[in-house]
Formats: sequence, C-alpha cells, structure tokens
Amino acid sequence: MTDTKTITDTRGFGRKLADLDKTAVAPFLALAALFVLGALVNPNFLSIDNLLNVLTRSSFIAIIAIGATFVISAGGLDLSVGSMAALVAGIMILFLNSGAIDGDMAMLATGIVVAIGVGALAGLLNGAVITIGKIEPFIVTLGTMAIFRSVTVWLADGGSIAMKSIAMRNMFRPVYTGVFLGLPIPVWVIIAAGLLGAFILYKTSFGRHVIAVGSNEDVAKYSGIHVNRVRAMTYIIQGICVAIAVVVYVPRLGAATTTTGMLWELQAITAVVIGGTALRGGVGRIWGTICGAFMLEIVGNIMVLSNIVSEYLIGAVQGTIIIIAMLVQRTLQKKK
Amino acid sequence: MSDNPTKAAAVPVLEARGIAKAFGPVEVLTDISLRVMPGEVHAIIGENGAGKSTLMKLLSGHLQPTRGTVAMDGEPVSFAGPVDAEHRGLVLVHQEILLAPDLTVAQNIFMGRELKRGLMVNDREMNRQSAEAVQSLGADIDPTTQISRLSIARRQLVQIARALQVPHRVVIFDEPTASLTPFETEALLKVIRDLRDRGVAILYISHRLPEVGAIADRITVLRDGKLIATREASELQPVDMARLMVGRDMSKLYPEREDTASHQNVLEVQNFDVPGYARDASFTLRKGEILGFAGLIGAGRTELLEGIVGLRTGHGEVKLNGNPVKFKTVRDSMAAGIVYLSEDRKGKGLLLAQDLRTNLTLATLEKFTRGPLIERKREDNSLDKAITDFDIRARRRDLLAGQLSGGNQQKLLLAKMMLLEPSIVIIDEPTRGIDIGTKEQIYKFIADLAKAGKSVIVISSEMQELIGICHRILVMRSSRIVGEVTGEAMTEDEIVVYATGVKINEAELYSAGNA
Repeated sequence: MTDTKTITDTRGFGRKLADLDKTAVAPFLALAALFVLGALVNPNFLSIDNLLNVLTRSSFIAIIAIGATFVISAGGLDLSVGSMAALVAGIMILFLNSGAIDGDMAMLATGIVVAIGVGALAGLLNGAVITIGKIEPFIVTLGTMAIFRSVTVWLADGGSIAMKSIAMRNMFRPVYTGVFLGLPIPVWVIIAAGLLGAFILYKTSFGRHVIAVGSNEDVAKYSGIHVNRVRAMTYIIQGICVAIAVVVYVPRLGAATTTTGMLWELQAITAVVIGGTALRGGVGRIWGTICGAFMLEIVGNIMVLSNIVSEYLIGAVQGTIIIIAMLVQRTLQKKK
Repeated sequence: MSDNPTKAAAVPVLEARGIAKAFGPVEVLTDISLRVMPGEVHAIIGENGAGKSTLMKLLSGHLQPTRGTVAMDGEPVSFAGPVDAEHRGLVLVHQEILLAPDLTVAQNIFMGRELKRGLMVNDREMNRQSAEAVQSLGADIDPTTQISRLSIARRQLVQIARALQVPHRVVIFDEPTASLTPFETEALLKVIRDLRDRGVAILYISHRLPEVGAIADRITVLRDGKLIATREASELQPVDMARLMVGRDMSKLYPEREDTASHQNVLEVQNFDVPGYARDASFTLRKGEILGFAGLIGAGRTELLEGIVGLRTGHGEVKLNGNPVKFKTVRDSMAAGIVYLSEDRKGKGLLLAQDLRTNLTLATLEKFTRGPLIERKREDNSLDKAITDFDIRARRRDLLAGQLSGGNQQKLLLAKMMLLEPSIVIIDEPTRGIDIGTKEQIYKFIADLAKAGKSVIVISSEMQELIGICHRILVMRSSRIVGEVTGEAMTEDEIVVYATGVKINEAELYSAGNA
C-alpha cells in the first residue's frame, strides 16, 4: 500500500480502498499469492502451457461451481452435482451409442441437447422435492446424490460406459482439446458461462430475486416474490451447468465410469465459498467462484510440481482450504 | 466499602453514572444517571424508542455503555455479559419470549443449570421445584408441558419463573405485562410487591401508566434517549407522566381528524377463518377510511389480515369493490391494489444486508426492467424521489437498510410498498420502535392517504395511537372480532373491555395487592 503516496489525493484513494468489500477482493489476492508460490516452487509453473493446462482442467469444476453460486446465494445447497455429472455423462454416451439419428454430427448435437435436458430435469427433481416437499436441501441432495450415483453404476453394469464410434470420438474430442484464438475451448466455455451467469445474477430481476431469497426468505415472500419458483430455478440452472461441464468432460476420455465426478460437490462448494459467496445466502460472486475453481486446480498443480506434499493428499488440502476460507470470511465480515 | 451494615442501606444496589450508548454515529442514550435502592420498585417510563430497553440492556450486561459506568453497591462494575451480571444477582426478564418451544416448562426453567443426580439430570426434582416456582407466581402450569402448547401469557410467566430461579438482588422487568390480561397482570404485580418486600430492587419498564402508578415507588421518565425526570410516584398522576413522556401537547402528535370516509365499501370480508388464529371474521372497509384493529398480542389480528392478503392459508368471502376475489398468494392481492406492511420490519419487511435501492424496488422490479435487464438508472431516480417524498434520512445512499434507524426503515418500507400504487394499505404496528418525530410524520402520511381516497387498515397495540388516527376501531380477542368502537366511544377503557372480555374496576385491581 506504499504506492498510495504517489497519488496526490491519498485520502480519496484511502477511502475508496476502505469502501472495497474485502470479501470480494480476498479471493483474487489469494490467487495472486498462489502464483508467487507456484513460481517459487517450480519455474515451469508460470509457463503458458502449464497455465493453460491448469485452466483447462479446472473447467469442469468452474462451470459446475457457477451453477452452485446460484444455488448457494439463494440459501440452498446441492451435494448431488458429482453424481449428477456421472449420470448425465452416462445417459449422454448411451444415447450417442444408440445410433438413433443418421449422421454423426446430428447425433452429437442431439446428444448435447439430451445431456442438457437430463441435467435440467435432475435439477428440477432436486428443486421440486426441496420446495414442494419443504425438506432441507442438504438431505434432499444427499439422497439424490446416492440415487444418481447408483443409477449410473446400474446403467454401466458396474463398469464403464464408453463411446463406441471411433469416428464420433474423433469428431467430439476437439471440444476438450481444441484451441480457438490461442485459448483452449474449455476456457472459452468458462468465459461464456461466467458472462452469462454474471449477467443473470447481477443484471436481471431473476438474479435480484435470487439474492433476495437468499438474504431473507420471509422478506422475499412478503414482497410478492414467488420464493419456491426462484429456488427451484436455481437448482435447474445448477443442473444445466452440470450438463455443460459434462459436454466438455466426455470428449476428454470418451467414457463415464462409476467414479466419474467423485468429490466434485466438495470442489464446487469449495470454489464457491473461497470465491466469496456467503454459504448462508444473500451474496453471490460469479467471478470469485471461477477464481476459486482456478485456485483449487493450481494448488493441485503446485503439489504435483513440488514434491513437498504427496499429491495423494490433494483431498486433504482442498478440505483444509474450505475450512480456512470460511474462517477468513467470518473474520472479514466481523471487521465490516 | 459497603461492609458497614448501617451505611449499606443508603447505598444504591444498582447505579448508572452518566452512561451513554451510541450505535455507530447515532447516540440513542445520553448521560443517564440513576440510583436503584434495595426494596424499591423503580419504574422507567417513556415512549417507544425513548431508550428504555437500551438502558436496561446496558444495566444488565447485554450491551456495554460507550460512556459512563454502571455501579453495584457503590462499586463500579463492568459486566462481561448477561451471565456475569446474573452471577452478581442482577437478572433481566426479557420482553420477548426466549424459551425453547420444544422443551418442557421445567426443562426451560432449569436450562443451563440443570439439577443432577450423579451423571443424570434429576427430572423429578426439577419438575417439583418448577411447579413451586410457577405456583408462587399465581399460576398453575404442569411443569412437564411443552412450551409450544402454552399461551403467550403463560410463556411469559414461565420466563419470569426462570429468571427468578437465580439468586437475585435486582430484577429488571422489561414490559412484562404487554401480553397479559388484567387478571394475569394483577398476579404479576403481587409477585413484584412480594419481591420488593423481601428487599429486592425492582426496575420496572412499562408504558402502561395506571399500572406504573400502582406499582412504582419512584418513576424515571426517558424521552428521546435523555433522562427527563426522576420523581416520587406519589407526586405523579398518569396525566403528568404522559406529559413528561411526550414532552408536548399530545393532541399535536396526531393530525387533525378529517371525515374522509365515504359510504362506498371497498373491501368486504365475510366469515373469514385463518386456521388456528382467526375465526368467523366479518368486517367492511370504506373508501377513504382509516380502520383500526385493536387487541392483545396473540389475539389474531396480524394473522387475520395476513390470511386475507394471501400470506397465510385462510377461507372466507372477500369482496373488493363488490367483486368476489380470492388471493392465493400475496402477489395476487398486490396486483389487486392491496399492500400489507408487516409488523416485523427487520424480519419480513426489509433485506437488512442489502442497500436502499435493492430494498426499494424489490416488490416492483418489473417496473424497472427493460426486457430481462434491470435499469439501474431508473431505480436510482426512484430512490431519489423516495428519499425526498418520505424524508428518509440516510448519511449515504449506499447504506445498507440495516444501518438505518427504525423510523427511516419504516419510511423506506412505506416507500417500497407505495411503489405498488395500492388503493388499500394495511399497516401492522406502524410506529413500533420509532422515535416520536417520525411517528408524527407517519400519522400524517396515513391521514394523507385517506384524504387521497385510499383506505387504510392500522393494526396496533398502542391504543392511544388507534384512538388518535382511526375513524373506527375493531377489537379482536381470542381469534374473533368482538367489538367495534366509533366516535365518542373510542376510549382506552372501552377497547380494554372488548380486548380482555372483562369489565374491570381499575382501582379495585391495583389496590388488591396492597393489602
């Protein structure tokens, strides 16, 4: 902060600095700190190739976490996203293998629509049971987490569901490996999903209603907002985001297995929380969430590059990060 | 210093020495000095928002003063919290009910200090002692009853019993009779006299003046956060108390009553039921009329009107301008031009953690959108207009609603609901927790609404307020509308008769305990 001395109107700047919401800035500062740490540990970390690789690999969690930002800022929670991803991937591949439509291209396009439809339906199921049944989201999505996983295992007959057509695989692969204007396609998908998510959450009345419901459900109700409709809609958005992540994920391996999407719910919720969204609802930060997803992947990357901590402990490190992030959020909010 | 027993009698057991409390830049209490002697009932009176509850929280360790000190037995003390204060023998009986609804009476009374036998809780002994404690308050409640099955008045008694379980030298009662019937009030006043006779110091907060006159030895009057006077109770008549509390001629508080009510019925309600809260309610509201709903807390007023506007399940006939209507959700009634402003401003009216603009437009966002996009510029213009029209005083435009004073929150809530351009406005407890200046503004605003041909329903526990502004008052008791008072008959006595269902001789009531 010594730089402020060079600015003539230091008081104005200081005031602006004090006005900045610290919970909004914290994730980006943490990301910068991780960059420094990464560079110190291994000079290769800052290479363009490594960074683009990290970004690409973070895309599944980043896209799912954008949906989770809606659910969580409306005061909800979705633990089923990992299992849902496996289910959507399984059904999508089964459809692609069915040969229901002539032409690989038409088949792939329809497959993507099917995936998004299945994701939206799965989200609607979560949302409907939570709002109509008036059951805690934690319990409902814990239940559907088991249901989605189990159905996937059953569909896969305990093994994996792989794309049969080599031609279609080759056609689909660029969605994960392709590069457009110097950036990998999955990174473009993150950017597009982020822009759309931010537009909906910050600029539309639906987004305002999401924040209102998460801020105080009673006030929203007394203001004439259809609380249940808004909450259910956030789960549908979550389902669609899961499906988009699946569309990016399937071409990577061309298969869904019984362990696809394992612990993704942990990573998605962690990304949202370290991005500055309040777990109790009422605050949503799309760009913070994406930043959080990057951080998780970078931490993994640094662990691989460094040999300081075994990469098998990645889950433990991510678990620790979410707890620390909550502590930091709590402290920053108290100071406000 | 208080070792000497002869001197001890003259030392106040609890003392405030020039204490003040500020929340942010707003000082809500200024330089209060007060001495409470053992064996004295010291009443604190004042309008809502005068600072009574804040003072009590400072004296009982719930809040820390920004200036000044609290002393016990002449020694300055600084309570770490309410528990610390309790250890020193100072207990506060809260105005709100703070009990666990799913636990029994005995479990609540002993919560946090359960009696044990070995490793296990001694339920039998706790039940026995609880029954005794409740009986000593003149009530007969089975100690194994769940709190959720008790009436508000009985919960209040359990709460008092719980407070008195702690060894106490000073007991603070914060509006203990707000939800009690005259008979229950009488029993409570007797308990307080017994405590006093045992040498306990009592601080008694209320704005029911006859009751204060009957129980207090000394009376301290607060107004706008300042101590106006401390007098012997015998020197003050209720009329004098009211004058000191308000600090001006009461008649100026309310706008000139104009006969704005027409003969045209805008709202007709027939045999309306809200399960568990209101039964068989029928009433009409005329164009330009201000209609009051009086009754004790828990009589079902709020729930009846919430039922009518679609915030709760309710059944019955509702006609709007002669046409039958059925509001399934509050959205429907809003669309029909009826708005309801909740008594619970902080819990149901405003998003405290969001800014003024977000709050203002929340119920009418569709008016501020083009396509899917919110037009922030138009929202800002609307906020400018609201700030001027409703005289909302905020230091900065980007404040959060929770940072406004109670009065400004109420004005913001009014502004928000008026954006719906309603023809019928229902306001629940319009001036609760609001300073007197803002009260006057709100009364004027309500009168202006009626003058402009709108109809207003005011639900209030402040009988004076209803009498001051309404054309007609309906009284509810135990879920039913039991009476209507108009014109000359609009007096506090008349309302109390309907609200409690008993005609009481006040003199008889308050002398009963003195024998």
